[in-house]
Amino acid sequence: MAKKGDWVQIHNIVLTPEQRAAGVPDDTKKCPLEMWVKGRLQQDAKLGDEVTVITRTGRTATGKLVDVAPHFEHSFGGLVPEILDIGDTVRAITFGGDDK
Amino acid sequence: MKDSMSYDAVMARKNDIMRTAVGMDYSQFERGKIAFDYEAMMAATGYTIEEIMRVQSLFSVGNTPIIELKNLTALARKLAPKGKGARIFIKDEATNPSGSFKARRSATSVYQAKKMGYKGVIAATSGNYGAAVASHAAMAGLKCIVVQECFDSRGVGQPEIIEKARKCEALGAEVIQLTVGPELFYMFLILLEQTGYFNASLYTPYGIAGIETLGYEIANQFRAKYGRDPDAVVCTNAGGGNLTGTARGLRKANCNAKIIGASVNLKGLHMASDEQFNKKSFTTGHTGFGIPFATNPDRSDVPRSAGRPLRYMDRYVTVTQGSVFYITESLASLEGLEKGPAGNTALAAAFKIAQEMDEDQMIVVQETEYTGAGKHINPQLWFARQNGIDIHFGDPKDEIPGKNIILPAHPSLIDVTDLDLNHIRRSHIKNAVGMHKDELTDVDIKYLIDETKSDEAFVKNAIAAL
Repeated sequence: MAKKGDWVQIHNIVLTPEQRAAGVPDDTKKCPLEMWVKGRLQQDAKLGDEVTVITRTGRTATGKLVDVAPHFEHSFGGLVPEILDIGDTVRAITFGGDDK
Repeated sequence: MKDSMSYDAVMARKNDIMRTAVGMDYSQFERGKIAFDYEAMMAATGYTIEEIMRVQSLFSVGNTPIIELKNLTALARKLAPKGKGARIFIKDEATNPSGSFKARRSATSVYQAKKMGYKGVIAATSGNYGAAVASHAAMAGLKCIVVQECFDSRGVGQPEIIEKARKCEALGAEVIQLTVGPELFYMFLILLEQTGYFNASLYTPYGIAGIETLGYEIANQFRAKYGRDPDAVVCTNAGGGNLTGTARGLRKANCNAKIIGASVNLKGLHMASDEQFNKKSFTTGHTGFGIPFATNPDRSDVPRSAGRPLRYMDRYVTVTQGSVFYITESLASLEGLEKGPAGNTALAAAFKIAQEMDEDQMIVVQETEYTGAGKHINPQLWFARQNGIDIHFGDPKDEIPGKNIILPAHPSLIDVTDLDLNHIRRSHIKNAVGMHKDELTDVDIKYLIDETKSDEAFVKNAIAAL
């Protein structure tokens, strides 16, 4: 249950597959054009409800409530060992006197 | 959906919405049948380059350092024939407040928006430009909306784009995220109409005039420090504005350095494809933008784009994704500079081109960009591997965009592929002429000569072949 005033994310279908522009590739045309917006919830609601939010710029936007307290989880990813190899190789060639 | 808000109805209002949102009537520049007066449009900003430098200094933008990459040069010389291996330099544009050269583009736009009394600015961008606009809007006390193409239909976003969303939000902007598709422009128009904000397009004369200071600074910094001009300047090329503005600035400083464009080769991947969206590891600086925008600059979000790279480009090369990742790691390991990969596209090209040039020559890479979570070789390669891209060491020539990323087994394998500029010029002429082949005037021919940096015979032959 989300409370009025909570920072939330809403979702909308902007264009259904039938409404998509001519010239869009077929695989894209099979999908709707979707949109996500964040803002402060204007009424108590639960996930999936149609709600109204006020965004950072003060816009009023409506859509389906999909996340409460949305946050970022992107990172530096897991180990990519090849990166270590690149560093070792270029250092060896440049500084190690090894020009093989 | 109300009829007035349907896709077709909104697109039909495009010109009116744009006129209100840029504060410029582009029709005044139209000439002949297909031509327009590019220099008149650029002059319509009303700013001299000195005034633009003053505006940028209000936002603490510009005067970024030029760093000589001595170790990378030493490596290039080990791989080059005797006497070859130009000195490689990089202009550290990541030191701009929002972390990229895009700050130059945005400062003039936001300043203009404020001066004209707009309450806010909107930019359609998944890249560094969003952060630049958000940063300057914050400084100017304007509201800011950034519209991103961010996710595929599974809701999976490129880590690089997610990071840009975070940065824009951190700087106070509202970020609107969409799934893949060119209809982003439809949403963009609706937002412009609803808010009455300024269209801080990447492609207005304000934006491109803002980049002129980059080229101007390069010429003046080289003269002050080395007593001479650089021989070549390499620009990462996507929408064409970076190269256009830099070249114009160099020319304004009377510097005749060779202008080389470089793009990551993404041949075979469709930019509007939902399935292929997350198969690429570069979201900008690639041929998927570079070639369409060179051959049809007016496909942008303003009636006439101020970014027109074919007017200035002397050479256009591609590099592979794996080579750019490799050079990005080399920049960290050999020079102690950790930067975002996309901005290093030109560096991968310069590393190879330096090996063709004499040792006493100088080649400049004109940008770096900030790096961080998501926007870094490690998460980008990690994400590619998670999406089924085969990553291994080998010969970059075998790289197939969307299938694999081949990290060069040895730095000597980093190479450039020259694109046929005359072919690209002819494509641009074809697109510009459209259905008007038999109606062209002398003004149109002159325009096409300027557009393609060619001559009358070339243009007339290209038209005759249509």
